Amino acid sequence: MTRVSGARPLRAAPHGRAPLGSPPPGGPLGSAPAPLLRRIVRQGKYETVTMLRNGEQLILAVVLPLLAMVGLTVTPLLDGLGSSRINVAVPGILALCAMSTAFTGQGISTGFDRRYGVLRFLSTTPLGRTGLIAGKVLAVLVVLFLQVVVVTAVALLLGWQPEPAGWLPGMALLALGAASFTALGLLVAGTVRPEATLAITNLLWILLGALGGIVIPAERLPALAQAVVHFLPSGALGQALRDAFLHGSVNAAAVLVLLFWTAVAGGAATRWFKWN
Amino acid sequence: MRSPESPVLSISGLVKDVGPLPTLDGKMLRVVSGLSLVAERGQVTALLGANGAGKTTTIECAQGLQKRTAGSISLLGQDPDTAGAGLRARVGVMLQDGGLPPSARPIPLLKHIAGMYQDPWPIEELIGRLGIDSFSRTSVRRLSGGQKQRLALAAALAGNPEVLFLDEPSAGLDPQSRQLVFELISELRDRGMGIILTTHLMDDAQRLADYVYIIDAGRNVAEGTVTQLLQHRLPSAGEQHIRTLLFEAEPGLDFTGVLPDDVDVTEARAGSYAATGALTPADLAAITAWWAAHGIMPSSLSLEARSLEDVFLDISGREIR
Repeated sequence: MTRVSGARPLRAAPHGRAPLGSPPPGGPLGSAPAPLLRRIVRQGKYETVTMLRNGEQLILAVVLPLLAMVGLTVTPLLDGLGSSRINVAVPGILALCAMSTAFTGQGISTGFDRRYGVLRFLSTTPLGRTGLIAGKVLAVLVVLFLQVVVVTAVALLLGWQPEPAGWLPGMALLALGAASFTALGLLVAGTVRPEATLAITNLLWILLGALGGIVIPAERLPALAQAVVHFLPSGALGQALRDAFLHGSVNAAAVLVLLFWTAVAGGAATRWFKWN
Repeated sequence: MRSPESPVLSISGLVKDVGPLPTLDGKMLRVVSGLSLVAERGQVTALLGANGAGKTTTIECAQGLQKRTAGSISLLGQDPDTAGAGLRARVGVMLQDGGLPPSARPIPLLKHIAGMYQDPWPIEELIGRLGIDSFSRTSVRRLSGGQKQRLALAAALAGNPEVLFLDEPSAGLDPQSRQLVFELISELRDRGMGIILTTHLMDDAQRLADYVYIIDAGRNVAEGTVTQLLQHRLPSAGEQHIRTLLFEAEPGLDFTGVLPDDVDVTEARAGSYAATGALTPADLAAITAWWAAHGIMPSSLSLEARSLEDVFLDISGREIR
């Protein structure tokens, strides 16, 4: 290495240039981070607003699930599976909402955030990587809550009569389902190009939506599909929510399947997520 | 002699391998190999090098964005790989690609980022200083290169940091933005901020930097103040500083014997001459006397000292990589 002369210059104390504005110039440098919880809540709020402003996401999150719900109540597809078509349909639609927001919507936005360096930039702020993920999870939960409110309101108008004992396990299962779909969405978004994330998460939304046991119970699917859907997060969440809202019961096997997917996808995302 | 204060950033023996890469038959590529540098408070420290020299990788290791393979890094006395929000709050980062969400609008975005700090730089002040109000209603994706850079700088300054990393800060800047950004950087330096920037532009380093590290192929090949680097003499360059005399006159003149043999005279375009070498006052007298004797009046005439670019090319080699 060529070292050019030894002395390193010492700059004199800040010299007398007129400060050009109020506070910072002149004041001490450096700040403390905002408290962790406040950072996460702010990030969650920011991401929620971004999601709600995105027209395509709103279609995926609200319009398509509502159309599917109406479709299932005017066709005989679900006849004979429960007390009424709407009672069988709505739990599956709630599960579909979780997949829309946590998997497809969140996956696509994370994929593009990664492409544009947003994840890298935010991870250099006090928010950090864990705060960023926590903020995304929070936004998913908030949007999912709003979806549940809208879907429930429309469903009640259409005559939905949920089993009252189903609400508590139902909401807990929905949160668990959102956790597994968020982990899966992050796994896809963090490992392939955003265009591929867009294609994969949309295609899976359609495939799992139609054949994954989420809105159409396994009994009404082709024999080949019946064997696997119980082991898919879509089939497990759909069935668990139907058991909760139709009978007020908790489907332990489905809970185990969802826990399994959350752990595996979460672990894989932690291991293979590429930030840049 | 060192600053009595501890440096804001000190990197020692940094090594960074990336890969395995399919283009290298699945082998690892060494992007940084044994780089060391020190950046002080109240100074602009520039990492100068060609594209692909390892500048960005080096500062991203310092920011904790990339994990180093070997070596040690101390940023404000902490290891960036293990430090938490407390350290990140004291460090501002402007990435090369901006890192701002395309759908965001400037002011809500800056407010959001400022919300991550206990005691942020007042947003209105930043907006005014960087002229962001002129495009505050435009989404990031529609901003010009210069507007994006100014917004990214504002975002990096939101926490009023002690250390500021700028990766290619003048990329895409129009002359007015460049002036604005350079003035702000100088002012921040005078306030005591430790500023570390990467650039492949000699002019940036020459205008901004208190101390320059020339980076080539993942290692630092030279360092010093701009003045020190300009005085840097290669063994073959003799005792005098290299200067270039540029002038325009009638084409096809023959200067044989007018200037010493080690002064290189070229006619790049017809009538456009450059005499490069260790020029002395006697050489200048000789050539002007020769013009007088032959009745030649140059239409333009200038004398240029060695530029940082020459130093850089001398040190890192002139071949295209």
